[in-house]
Order: sequence, then structure tokens, then C-alpha cells
Amino acid sequence: MASSFTRMMSGRNTAVVLASIGASTLASGYLMTDSGVTAQERMKMYPPSADFPDLRKHNNCMAAALTPGIYGRLRDKMTPNNWTLDQCIQTGVDNPGHPFIKTVGMVAGDEESYEVFAELFDPVIKDRHNGYDPRTMKHPTDLDASKITNGTFDDRYVLSSRVRTGRSIRGLSLPPACSRSERREVERVTVMALAGLKGDLAGRYYSLSSMTEQEQQRLIDEHFLFDKPVSPLLTSAGMARDWPDARGIWHNNEKTFLIWVNEEDHTRVISMEKGGNMKRVFERFCKGLKEVERLIQERGWEFMWNERLGYILTCPSNLGTGLRAGVHVRLPNLSKDSRFSKILDNLRLQKRGTGGVDTAATGDTFDISNLDRLGKSEVELVQLVVDGVNYLIECEKRLERGQDIKVPAPLVQFRR
Amino acid sequence: MPFGNTHNNFKLNFKPEEEFPELSKHNNHMAKVLTKDMYAKLRDRQTPTGFTLDDVIQTGVDNPGHPFIMTVGCVAGDEESYEVFKELLDPIISDRHSGYKPTDKHKTDLNFENLKGGDDLDPNYVFSSRVRTGRSIKGYALPPHNSRGERRAVERLSVEALNSLDGEFKGKYYPLKSMTDAEQEQLIADHFLFDKPVSPLLTCAGMARDWPDARGIWHNDNKTFLVWVNEEDHLRVISMQKGGNMKEVFKRFCTGLQKIEAIFKKHGTSFMWNEHLGYVLTCPSNLGTGLRGGVHVKLEKLSQHPKFEEILKRLRLQKRGTGGVDTASVGGVFDISNADRLGSSEVDQVQCVVDGVKLMVEMEKKLEKGEAIDSMIPAQK
Repeated sequence: MASSFTRMMSGRNTAVVLASIGASTLASGYLMTDSGVTAQERMKMYPPSADFPDLRKHNNCMAAALTPGIYGRLRDKMTPNNWTLDQCIQTGVDNPGHPFIKTVGMVAGDEESYEVFAELFDPVIKDRHNGYDPRTMKHPTDLDASKITNGTFDDRYVLSSRVRTGRSIRGLSLPPACSRSERREVERVTVMALAGLKGDLAGRYYSLSSMTEQEQQRLIDEHFLFDKPVSPLLTSAGMARDWPDARGIWHNNEKTFLIWVNEEDHTRVISMEKGGNMKRVFERFCKGLKEVERLIQERGWEFMWNERLGYILTCPSNLGTGLRAGVHVRLPNLSKDSRFSKILDNLRLQKRGTGGVDTAATGDTFDISNLDRLGKSEVELVQLVVDGVNYLIECEKRLERGQDIKVPAPLVQFRR
Repeated sequence: MPFGNTHNNFKLNFKPEEEFPELSKHNNHMAKVLTKDMYAKLRDRQTPTGFTLDDVIQTGVDNPGHPFIMTVGCVAGDEESYEVFKELLDPIISDRHSGYKPTDKHKTDLNFENLKGGDDLDPNYVFSSRVRTGRSIKGYALPPHNSRGERRAVERLSVEALNSLDGEFKGKYYPLKSMTDAEQEQLIADHFLFDKPVSPLLTCAGMARDWPDARGIWHNDNKTFLVWVNEEDHLRVISMQKGGNMKEVFKRFCTGLQKIEAIFKKHGTSFMWNEHLGYVLTCPSNLGTGLRGGVHVKLEKLSQHPKFEEILKRLRLQKRGTGGVDTASVGGVFDISNADRLGSSEVDQVQCVVDGVKLMVEMEKKLEKGEAIDSMIPAQK
């Protein structure tokens, strides 16, 4: 009613001033600006070529894929939510990237972004996910943790195990685009579902805007608390708007299952433990996710998911499983071996410092996790990490004993 | 294209109170004025370029403010913002500009000959003099909201106008994205170069988008007249020189501005101006003259005097550190400038600075000699 009328009339391409009279009626009229230029004329004055971003010094997936042709065809399109291409790519325009790290350079504002702007998203997805073609391929989803084998690591090497992913609530815009009311709805839906968790999953929600100082300090000490994003990759995409409104942290009483609400995605779901029992971490992960899904479905909600792209998240890099399974592992000898990087590459693993992405490793302890997200299922990826970390520990032990190690053959990318 | 989410129609499925921002810990002009009723009334409106209420207030929602400094907390996206969102902006303007009413008229006076004195500030105390203002080009959206095409058009028009200046105004444009390292170092050494904004007050308002596209610095060969293109406003115009000859600085300021405006008019454009708000700029705090005229002046003894703040207030002046807004003073040297922008003319405001600084330097000299200054403390202007 009011909203569909507004949807028809509002947007960059119209010259309508909407004024609300009373609670629900809307009046409209065409308005000429003082200089006599309507929005229609403005659009003709600025063809897509006038707005095409200068990406000559840029090194991100978006800049590599965007052509004037694509921009010209997509600039004036909008998702049903009125989200535009310019809004998707703003973060990539504002952040040229690093000469060594290739960032993605674009985000989705809603589920439909991946469809409406497919002409740009698809090549970016292909670039980022090793040739995965959303037009022709299907992404497998598998949350059956019982399939994992050899999922317990030697505690003398593996200090902690963790699996994280994200989930988006279908029907609500994503963090770059959501209004305050939508973000609050995400919080409401999620917190209500989490309140239904029982047993080892029972826990509590801490809203960022109303937590006490003590609660805040404890959450910091336990490394649970997330901060307002400072990375320009995120702030340029509008994800820090209205902070800390409707943001919060939920965790179970045992502190092994943790959910971030409205940070970089609607929800980030984390299962973790000290030590090397990755299988149990993944079991809890799957159980928790399925429970939360059931609880939101009871109320008529569901997660954003489709066959092409798997779970839909804000950043294209997190499509598919959105899963990062990793360990903190000590590898004093292997990390000094010149073959370390190649071994990781071939095992489809990546290393990070124990402070997270973009930190350097301190001492000999590394954060080792899966590189891939899309094209392989959750079970496949966790098994890959399990097998890979077991291999790394084997190498470490061999080097300790003065034995030589072998670089493994590279793993196959994904089923076609 | 609009920055942020505000063309999001899903939000209209929610009631205004569900969308209303959380402002209980906020201390800025916007938070003090915006009520749920006002929000409900204005939230469906848009300016012709598509700027919405949420766009206007985003920076104020994201930046609760400082307990001691009262920021404005909103910006305009185009000239029409001040009309379409009158109900919100008029009270904010009144708060910020000493009770300026929606019916008041603003006086513009760029006739430098009307300035009395200003050429005799003691150079032993007054080290440099500067006058700056901003100008917006009519028909183009403002920095929070403009598209790349519009911003580039503003750059093109401005550079064309500036490059046709001659005499003491003859100069050169340095676009940010293509200046050489040597040029950059020189501009930094001259204190001309502006950086990509890092202040969240500006970044949350979308002003740093697409940096450094269509941004640049123009200055005359003498380095006494400087124009910033597409920083916080379409144009920021600065006249400056070492020493205390504010009269000369102001003369160059007025002459330069008038020459630039004449060239724009010849090409069929003009500056955003109206008789109520004067020159229209991005931040409501810069409406009217948009003028900040100031000096770097040594007031070591006076600044320690218990009545220093009171004296400044009565003289309608404000102090800053010599690094600019939000910096502290170094070695007793302060940046002293006019506090007002709207409701008095350019000449009035620079006159305040000239008269006020002259008086304060005399006070400083008295204090140096160990004499009292109580008889010199002025009445409220």
C-alpha cells in the first residue's frame, strides 16, 4: 500500500517529493529545482560514462571485473529494496587495495543484489572462488558432523579449535543497506530464537548498547567482544552506521558457542574450544546451527540460501559455506622450513597470525584454516582442515626427529 | 548516488518509532531537536536529488558528540535540503547561530573598503592572517550526496574559472590524484595540502567517497590565495599571508571571490545563496558568510588570565590551537577567529577580528609590563 507506492515513486531517477500527511497517506508532486533541472534531466546530463569510477590504481576483484559496458547496463538498475550498483561497489572504489592482497571490493545490500547485479557479481565470484561459476555450478551444503574422521588433534601442538560461519535472515536487508528498524528486527528474530536453545547450548544475550562495564570487560578478556569496525573496507560499505544500535553478542553458558549479531553480517556463528577436538567443535556447530534454523522457522523466518551460491552473506568472499574452520597450532620447525607456504597452498590452507586476519604470527603459533568457502560443503572443508592439520603436525614431528618431509600433491579445487 | 541505505523501502513497513534513532547518549544539535513526531513527519520526504532525512542525520546518529563540544550532527545534501527539512534544520540553525529566526535576513557585504583599520596589527604578536569561506555551485548536489559525475563537473567548472584569473590571482591547479611527489611535498611544506578526511564527523556523512577523484588544490603564484576543490564543500576559498595586515588579506579575499563569481555567472552558473541563509554550504554551521577570519597571535600572558574566555566571548571570538580546530595551543600562540557566521556580514565579522585582536594585543602588552587590564575588558558585543 503505502510502501509499494513509495517503491514506485522514490529513487534517484524520479523527481518526486514525498510528503506524509497524517499517519498513512502520501502526497506527491513533481518538483523543479531552483535551477530548473529535474532528476530526469539530471540523468541525461550524467550518462554512465560521467560516473564511471577511476580504477586505474585499483587492485581488487571488482576493479578487475568492472567495465564501462557493465557499469552502463547496471548503473540505473535497483534491487526491490532500491539498492544500487554504486552502493555495492563504493567500498571497492574507496579502497584501491593492497599490491599484495586482493580484496573483493564490493558487497551485497540484500539477497537480490546477487541477481540484479549478477553481471558484475558473477565474474567477481569466479575470480575469488577459483573459477566457481554461479551460472552453471551448484554449491553443496552438508552439516552432518558425524561424517568427520580423525577429527581430534594432538593437544601438544593444537592449542585451540574453532569453526565460524555467518547466516542472513531472508527478507531483511544486509548490513551495508539495512535501516535501523530492519537491523533491530534481525536482532529481535535472532535473540528470540537463541533464547530457545537448551542444554549445553543454553545461554544469554548481551546487547552492545546496554551491557554493563563489568560485562564488557569480561567479554573483552574472553576475546568474545567485537568492536565497532574501523577497517575502511567495512566503514566505506556503510556497515558501521548507527553503531552500536541493535548489535550484541550471545554465548552459551559453557562459552563454546558464540553468536555475533549485526556486525559484518546479520549473524556470525562461532563454535570453539581449547585443545584439538575439532570434531566436537564441528558437531556443536552443526547442532547449534540446525537448532537456530528450526527456531526461526517456527516463527516463519528462514536463512538466505540458494543452490547457486549456498548461504548468502554480505561479502562475496563468504558465500557458499561462509565457513572458516581453523586451529591455533604450534609449528616451530615447520614454519621455518622453506616449503611451509607451498605445503599450505597445496593443502588449500591459509595461515594467519593468532590475532586474526592481517596480524602476523607471534612466535611459532599459527592460525591455520581453510582457504575455500564456495564449491565445497561444510563437511568437505572441515575434513580438509582436519586432514591438512594432521599432515602439518606429522611434518612437524618428522622435522623434530630430523626426518625429511614431503610437499603433498595439490588438492582438487571442487567437483564440477 | 545516495550514500547509505536511505532509499530502502523496507523501512516504511516499520512504524516511525521502530526506525527512530537511539539518541539518549547523544549531545549534538540534531539530537536535541529531533523528536519522534518530527521524524515521523519528515521521514518519507526527499529532495529532488533524492536526499532523505536519514541522509541528513546519519553523521549525528553515528557521532554522539563530545560532552563539552556541541557538534551540529547533520548535513545538507543539496540546496533544497534546507527547505524540504526546514522543520528540523530551522531550530538547529537557531540553536547554532544565536537565535537566528526563520524570518531573519542575512546581510552579505564583500566590500573590503568597508573594513576599518586592520592594517596595523603588531607583527611582533600577530604572525599570520587568514580569511576563509566556502562556496557551493548552484545546481549540483553537495559533497555528502553528489555522484562522481557531479563532483567531476564541479571540478571542471571551478578549474576553468580559476584558470582564467590573472594579475595577482594567476595560478595553477593541482589535482590530488595526479600530482607528482615533488608537487605534493611542496604543497605540504606550504601547508596547502588537504588530506582525505579521517574525522568520523565527515566520513559518516559520505564526504570522503571516491577519494581522491575530482579533488584538488588551486593556488596563485604568490601563494596568497588558495582554493580547495571538493573537500568538505564544493569550494573552500582561502586568502592568507604572514604578518598582521588583515586588511590586505581581506581585500584579496573579496576581490578574488568576486572575480570568481563573475566568471561563473558569465558561464551561466552561480553560487548557492539566498537572502535568508546567505551562502549555502554543506554544514549548517557554515551558513551565512561561511567565513572564518583569523590570526595566529601570541597571547602568552593574556591566555593565562582568568578572564580570557570571557573576553573572547564578549568580543565574539573563538580560540583554537595553531593546528586548527581541536588542537591545543603551542607556546602561547593561538588561532583567534570570529565565532559568528550567520546574521552578520563578512565585513562585520572581520571587523570583530581586527578590533578584538588589536585590543587583546594591547592587553598582552599591559600584562607584560605587570599592569592590570580590568579597565580594558570590553562589554558584550
